[in-house]
Amino acid sequence: MPEIRNYTLNFGPQHPAAHGVLRLVLELDGEVIERADPHIGLLHRATEKLAETKPFNQSVPYMDRLDYVSMMCNEHAYVMAIERLLKIEPPIRAQYIRVMFDEITRILNHLLWIGAHALDIGAMTVFLYAFREREDLMDCYEAVSGARLHAAYYRPGGVYRDLPDRMPQYQESQWHNKKDVERFNRNRQSSLLDFIEDFTKRFPSYVDEYETLLTDNRIWKQRTVNVGVVSPERALQLGFSGPMIRGSGIEWDLRKKQPYEVYDKVDFDIPVGVNGDCYDRYLVRIEEMRQSNCIIKQCVDWLRANPGTVMIDDYKVAPPPREVMKSDMEALIHHFKLFSEGYCVPEGEVYAAVEHPKGEFGIYLISDGANKPYRLKIRAPGFAHLSAMDEMTRGHMIADVVAIIGTQDIVFGEVDR
Amino acid sequence: MAGSLETLLTQLQERFSDIALEANIAHRELTITISAAHVLHVCEALRHRFNFSQLIDLCGVDYSQYGQADWETTQASSTGFTRGVSPGICKEQHEKSRFAVVYHLLSIENNQRIRVRAWLERDPPRIDSVISVWNVANWYEREAFDLYGILFEGHPDLRRILTDYGFIGHPFRKDFPLSGQVEMRYDPEKKRVVYEPVSIEPRVLVPKVIRHDNRYTD
Repeated sequence: MPEIRNYTLNFGPQHPAAHGVLRLVLELDGEVIERADPHIGLLHRATEKLAETKPFNQSVPYMDRLDYVSMMCNEHAYVMAIERLLKIEPPIRAQYIRVMFDEITRILNHLLWIGAHALDIGAMTVFLYAFREREDLMDCYEAVSGARLHAAYYRPGGVYRDLPDRMPQYQESQWHNKKDVERFNRNRQSSLLDFIEDFTKRFPSYVDEYETLLTDNRIWKQRTVNVGVVSPERALQLGFSGPMIRGSGIEWDLRKKQPYEVYDKVDFDIPVGVNGDCYDRYLVRIEEMRQSNCIIKQCVDWLRANPGTVMIDDYKVAPPPREVMKSDMEALIHHFKLFSEGYCVPEGEVYAAVEHPKGEFGIYLISDGANKPYRLKIRAPGFAHLSAMDEMTRGHMIADVVAIIGTQDIVFGEVDR
Repeated sequence: MAGSLETLLTQLQERFSDIALEANIAHRELTITISAAHVLHVCEALRHRFNFSQLIDLCGVDYSQYGQADWETTQASSTGFTRGVSPGICKEQHEKSRFAVVYHLLSIENNQRIRVRAWLERDPPRIDSVISVWNVANWYEREAFDLYGILFEGHPDLRRILTDYGFIGHPFRKDFPLSGQVEMRYDPEKKRVVYEPVSIEPRVLVPKVIRHDNRYTD
């Protein structure tokens, strides 16, 4: 009689359901998982070490490339850390813009998550729907920063520039005829704020569409209910944060509990799960999208009524405007020093955390008084979540691994850094 | 939140009166500094007595070049400041030991954060693992071992995590060059990937400068 042995299976690194470059070594007993050993680091770029060799401002674009589906939230934590060490505060309008774009980013992230998660466990349509809305939001990114993904829009002391008065337009081409172009451009005729407002009006019905496809879907429930259950006690032990800890029933959201920027001035609710399984985390994220939409609406109203500056008026940190630089010697010197040497940040250490779409994203910054960070540690939520992979998958079927990777919302840019 | 940090600090000082405990509050954050020998004792108390139920972050820090600039600008000569870059020109050896492990803890019950810094004295640097206190420490400790070579005693599975299989060295140490030691390419003759010493010259684009700005001295 042949000896029965456990079977070891390599999942990834080039597997479409591995969400990037995850190599998962699975020890199987038949189809049941005995042990899961994730091998990470295939996308390790040493962002932290690179940041140590560059002036503070030059590392802002590196932050975009960490979690490359929620770019501006990463920047937010980094600029907040620098601002705390410099003891400066951005103008109130910049804070509202940051909150608005943080929430736009949250929707962007959750849309990609729901599309990819549903695609992984067998629902194709949601992916197409989600990308339709992502297109509009990336247009907002493009309008303010010129880039659709890697914005580098937040800067220490505010944001790069104020919201534009007009939106980029589609042009007629061999792929889009005149009628199509008119239809595309219909809601792009005035300012960015009008475009975003139009989006917030449309978006709740889009979320309803995703819910129609998934929430009561029998297959969806069979694949997610009671899969990857994490109790609140374990969620704390395993360092969970964000939707992962809220899905387990712990009401914890940095936007409410340790508010930064103007989150204490906007009105929103925190959705909390009950069972701590994949289905609850799905419901939490769906509700978060609705809440984000509500925050965006409030920010649009405020921003419309309150024009003002979006960058602090301190040429030691923020570069002077071009016109001033051309006419004022002092401003020219500041400009030269800022772009050649950068600014020195006083000695000290600070930990700045934001409620990132995936959880708590923190920047631990040590400065020795130089123009470069002495040590920059990025606390990525995905790293802690992925380390719980072994515990979450143990005893499940091999097909559930895909559902669990999906529910953790893993992006390798931030896990590997 | 800031007000209760002082109360927490006094409670901590009472509780840990038996060990040397340095503490300070800066930027509305509480930092306590301990030596590596006490780490498990302090962490267990923080977890169970002070309700710090989550380990948010754990990282290694290499303090060997702390406060060293590439460019000395305090003395000006008749020809101006020297424009050459020589790394570590104003060497002031950091008075404490080289490595530290920094823990960031969060108490969800009290809505408080605390930072614990443990100095490592021995060479190779060693410290007790805190996996038994917070399970999430597993990967964070592997990361600190991988990047800094800090050994965590009692860790069940201290493997490299972020670097390549068979990597040599600890890349985040300050004496490890930014461009690394080896580069990799496909050799068409040997028909396999080969590793060679790096051909890139290390260079400094923007020298590190420390300016003692009187706006920040308080």
